[in-house]
Amino acid sequence: MSTATRTASTGAAPGAGPRPEMPPAQRSVPRWVRHLFAGYLPLIIATLVIGLPLLWLILSSFKTQGEILTNTIHWLPGSLYFGNFSTAFTIVPFARVFLNSVIVTVIGAGIKVILAIISAYALVFVRFPLKKTIFMLILVALMVPAQISIVPNYVLVAALGGVNTYWGIIVPTLGTAFGTFLLRQQFLMFPTAVAEAAEIDGASHWTRMVHIVMPMRRSAIATLALIYIVLEWNEYIWPLVIVNDPNHMTLPVGLTLLENNEPGSTAWGVVMAGAVLVIVPILLVFIVLQKHIVTGLTQGAVKG
Amino acid sequence: MSDAPLCGIARPRLDCDQEGAYGRRCVQTSLRGDTPNITTPGAVAIRPKATRRSAPSSWERLRHAWRRYHTEYLIFLALMAPNLILIAVFVYRPLFLNIYYSTLNWSLGSSTAIRVGLGNYIEWFTDPQSWTVLEVTAIFTVVTVGGSMVIGLALALVLNERLHFAAFARATVFAPYVLSGVGVGLTWLFIFDPAYGVLGQILRSLGGASPQWYLSSPWALAMVMIVYVWKNLGYTAVIYLAGLQAISHEVLEAADVDGASASRKLFSVKLPLLSPTTMFLVVTLMLSSLQSFDIIQIMTQGGPFGGTTTLMYEVYHDAFVNGRIGYSSTAAVILFVILFVMTFFYMRFVERKVTYQ
Repeated sequence: MSTATRTASTGAAPGAGPRPEMPPAQRSVPRWVRHLFAGYLPLIIATLVIGLPLLWLILSSFKTQGEILTNTIHWLPGSLYFGNFSTAFTIVPFARVFLNSVIVTVIGAGIKVILAIISAYALVFVRFPLKKTIFMLILVALMVPAQISIVPNYVLVAALGGVNTYWGIIVPTLGTAFGTFLLRQQFLMFPTAVAEAAEIDGASHWTRMVHIVMPMRRSAIATLALIYIVLEWNEYIWPLVIVNDPNHMTLPVGLTLLENNEPGSTAWGVVMAGAVLVIVPILLVFIVLQKHIVTGLTQGAVKG
Repeated sequence: MSDAPLCGIARPRLDCDQEGAYGRRCVQTSLRGDTPNITTPGAVAIRPKATRRSAPSSWERLRHAWRRYHTEYLIFLALMAPNLILIAVFVYRPLFLNIYYSTLNWSLGSSTAIRVGLGNYIEWFTDPQSWTVLEVTAIFTVVTVGGSMVIGLALALVLNERLHFAAFARATVFAPYVLSGVGVGLTWLFIFDPAYGVLGQILRSLGGASPQWYLSSPWALAMVMIVYVWKNLGYTAVIYLAGLQAISHEVLEAADVDGASASRKLFSVKLPLLSPTTMFLVVTLMLSSLQSFDIIQIMTQGGPFGGTTTLMYEVYHDAFVNGRIGYSSTAAVILFVILFVMTFFYMRFVERKVTYQ
């Protein structure tokens, strides 16, 4: 549908349809003026305000120290200079740190998705008398802020020898209230007929879950996996407290080493190179799968 | 029990079972597939059977249910157990342990702790620094929530116009929300650098001077708030956009017919209709603002002189920098009480369901 055929007032509903007569209050201002000042201009400003800092980050990571420490702005790097990246790699064992992040993200997100699937399946399709109570316990857990549990969790995991280990980073964040809640909503909308038919057919729970429910809800599961990958990759406060050895750090924690390295005059090019390493992978995932990520992260919010 | 005859969609044959798990008889559905006939005699036959099953006493039913379904119950427990145990150990246990720790004078790494009763609470409430922390927390929360709401709503109104390029703008605005707070904090730290940052250079070329973002408390707080709003704005905008798109066209057309101006439509029609969305956003944004950590830790580490130390940051700082577990847990309990009260009022609000449509 072209913009010419729709009502052009600032507040008009999308799809309100063409109308021959404009209300008198809106006819006074030409349509293109409204479109420009109440539409395109703010849109472009917002895109620049959000996009330019990210562009600046990427450009700066390729600038030499001379191009950064100057009184005149060098918008573009003179050439593709990789020195910042190689310096960053000498300060922080980035290959190792990057690998740690990948391992923690894959294992953590993977286990969370599996836990969410089996919990949601049990809550929807398996008979049990206290299901409502158990679901309430999970709902309440969803509202308990994860951040305030760091101290007791640190005390426990440290006592069990989890400092500077993968399991110490991964296990305490595995309880999946959010994923269970999200998938339960999806499974509840599952056609009862299909589920009952399979049950009557004598299919075991395993068969029903793996061969019937999961394939039919694969987009919801994929969205959940995506959200967990993003959250796990960006997770900061817990890995920060439970790891102090650079060889066990995840990327966000490892970056802190770059910042602390030179107090006073920060080597910004090197720091930007590090920030690129943590931001760009998720940015690429987001560019490719943005629709799924946006719906997944904002799902169910509007229902109130 | 749901309406059974809807089964016929894919394989009608499946519905026919002489003594199925639900103890019902063969359900006849149209073999033509897509439009099963609800009024077939077979479907009616289920109903009396279902009512007869609910007749026995509850105890008898329970015993009967166990005899019949105990494998189901065991499967349920096996499937739920890992998740429930993890949630119990790492979500519920810390909640109560925080309260216990808050009555102790306990140093990080020390094997002995001294019971001090409410000593930590007395110390916290009489320390003038605590009021600074509360003030910083309040300013940070009100400004970031208010800022994201106002700018987010304005953006959503523009995005809702569905101009060319709006989809791209929507994706761009949302992007920072999924990026690492650490990476975002470092990027902006460079931009704000008074000596070599691009912001300072632009200000100087316009004849101004860069504020001391790192060294003076009001500027440092302003800096972390700007970055926080920048990072989370897209979430608010997308939620508001979904809310706007849920408003029915009839209402807006009625306003058009009445000759309402654009601003009149916004304040008298759209905003009242958006009030459930607004309430949801106020609470969720406040909860996440109160818990924000990444950006503060990366950009200011709570400084200068506590100028950006929020309650959440104090919890971290007391425990892992000052090593005072008990005192940190006290702050955590206070933070939890604040979060709990807010969630409680939100739930009350949701129960009342203030809607106009």
